[in-house]
Amino acid sequence: MKILVPVKRVVDYNVKVRVKADGSGIDLANVKMSMNPFDEIAIEEAVRLKEAGIASEVIAVSCGVTACQETLRTAMAIGADRGILVETDVELQPLAVAKLLQALCAKEQPQLVICGKQAIDDDANQTGQMLAALQNWPQATFASKVVIANGKATVTREIDGGLETLEIGLPAVVSTDLRLNEPRYATLPNIMKAKKKPLETVKPADLGVDVTPRLTTLKVSEPAKRSAGIRVADVAELVNKLKNEAKVI
Amino acid sequence: MTILVIAEHDQNSLKAATLNTITAASKIGGDLHVLVAGTACSGAAQQAAQLQGVTSVKVADAAHYQSQTAENLTALIIAHAAGYTHILAPATTFGKNLLPRVAALLDVGQISEITGVESPDTFIRPIYAGNALATVQSADKIKVITVRSTAFEPAITGGNAPIEAIAAAADTAQSTLTHRELTKSERPELGAAKIIVSGGRGLGSGENYHKLLEPLADKLGAALGASRAAVDAGFVPNDYQVGQTGKIVAPQLYIAVGISGAIQHLAGMKESKVIVAINKDPDAPIFQVADYGLVGDLFELVPQLVSAVG
Repeated sequence: MKILVPVKRVVDYNVKVRVKADGSGIDLANVKMSMNPFDEIAIEEAVRLKEAGIASEVIAVSCGVTACQETLRTAMAIGADRGILVETDVELQPLAVAKLLQALCAKEQPQLVICGKQAIDDDANQTGQMLAALQNWPQATFASKVVIANGKATVTREIDGGLETLEIGLPAVVSTDLRLNEPRYATLPNIMKAKKKPLETVKPADLGVDVTPRLTTLKVSEPAKRSAGIRVADVAELVNKLKNEAKVI
Repeated sequence: MTILVIAEHDQNSLKAATLNTITAASKIGGDLHVLVAGTACSGAAQQAAQLQGVTSVKVADAAHYQSQTAENLTALIIAHAAGYTHILAPATTFGKNLLPRVAALLDVGQISEITGVESPDTFIRPIYAGNALATVQSADKIKVITVRSTAFEPAITGGNAPIEAIAAAADTAQSTLTHRELTKSERPELGAAKIIVSGGRGLGSGENYHKLLEPLADKLGAALGASRAAVDAGFVPNDYQVGQTGKIVAPQLYIAVGISGAIQHLAGMKESKVIVAINKDPDAPIFQVADYGLVGDLFELVPQLVSAVG
């Protein structure tokens, strides 16, 4: 079976982002970009399923600007077999990405789509669920364990207050949580090999998808800064402050 | 305008985040309906009917709503969506799992985790782990929204809305819940606790985490939380995690023990009213947001604190 894995190019996890002075957005000039961490987990999971002989092919997909090619090369260095770039300069929102993936699912016929549960830039947490809806497929979000057997997926999910296990038929969409796996580091030979793997580029119009944004960002602002308080000398002073000044205990 | 709030509940009562979501809905204005879909869920429906601002409670009672799967709840919501201008749910794992599925079938975008309502079509939401706030306007005819519970007060009782049964949708049979294991605890839920005692990698081990923090949490009637580092190190389960990818909390008092204060952790707790940090590293970033900082060895300070608050 084929597995499709969408990967997003985002501001690196370790970068402290800055709001542009004119409030129009985030300053992305000269900022390090990387693959969204949850998508790395998704690629890793798909590659492990291939290594276990369950998947036949892992296809990485990225939607966005030309530079998303780098993100696809990273996915292929981890072990994806090929990449598809849906290239556009338009700001892509989750519904548009879900529709692009829907069109690619029609073409590639994967049995499983594994995606990150959320991207760490817009923190939307929508695309996987939207794709599942558009395909009328079952979904298992926030997965911490995935077992594929007998045409079914048994997925343990991280939910508020604990864990639950769902059994869903295939094809399906699974979204990854942090504890699903620890992605491997791409080795130099694999990075070199990834450069030779096929990377196809298509445009949203080729897929017949209208990617016009539904939400307009009117402004972006800095949240109110929390100022540092005081250092207390010892536990007695701390308890005194909490009781008499802050009045929280 | 007519707003539909999807209730998260355990059949007998509403989950706390549902009450905050109802307050967010009230700020949009208009009629406010609450959908309670479940199995023998009249307890939750009656609680919803008594909340201020609620004008109608719709109950869909059927066996296939017991496990609250996204597939079945989506089919139900879509069947009854006509006439609603807004559909809201709490931004919990329940709402995050469900609502994008609804939005896609309505062919509308979703506005995730709003923290403010500017007007019926304009909302504020955090992006980049809360390091920026975006004001977004939706052009869609139905606004589908998840609500960050810590940004809104819980709705209070004092209403008396009619309860109306609505038809269940057919069972999609796409997903079967085979097991659910909720962490059993006498302590308050992280999302609803007034005081949270939270531990990080500085505790060194799961054993230390429990030995040091549980007595303090017991004394204060607090919930227990953890940083991602502590979860990754296996000290505690993931549902303890506070941060960008865990729970967002805003208690009256947040005590961070052995937590350095990575951006992703701060994103989950910096709206707390009072923050206390205990850490041996005087340069730890957690001190930049702490109201009261105590530099020193947590293995000595935490037991002292337990005796002192008694």
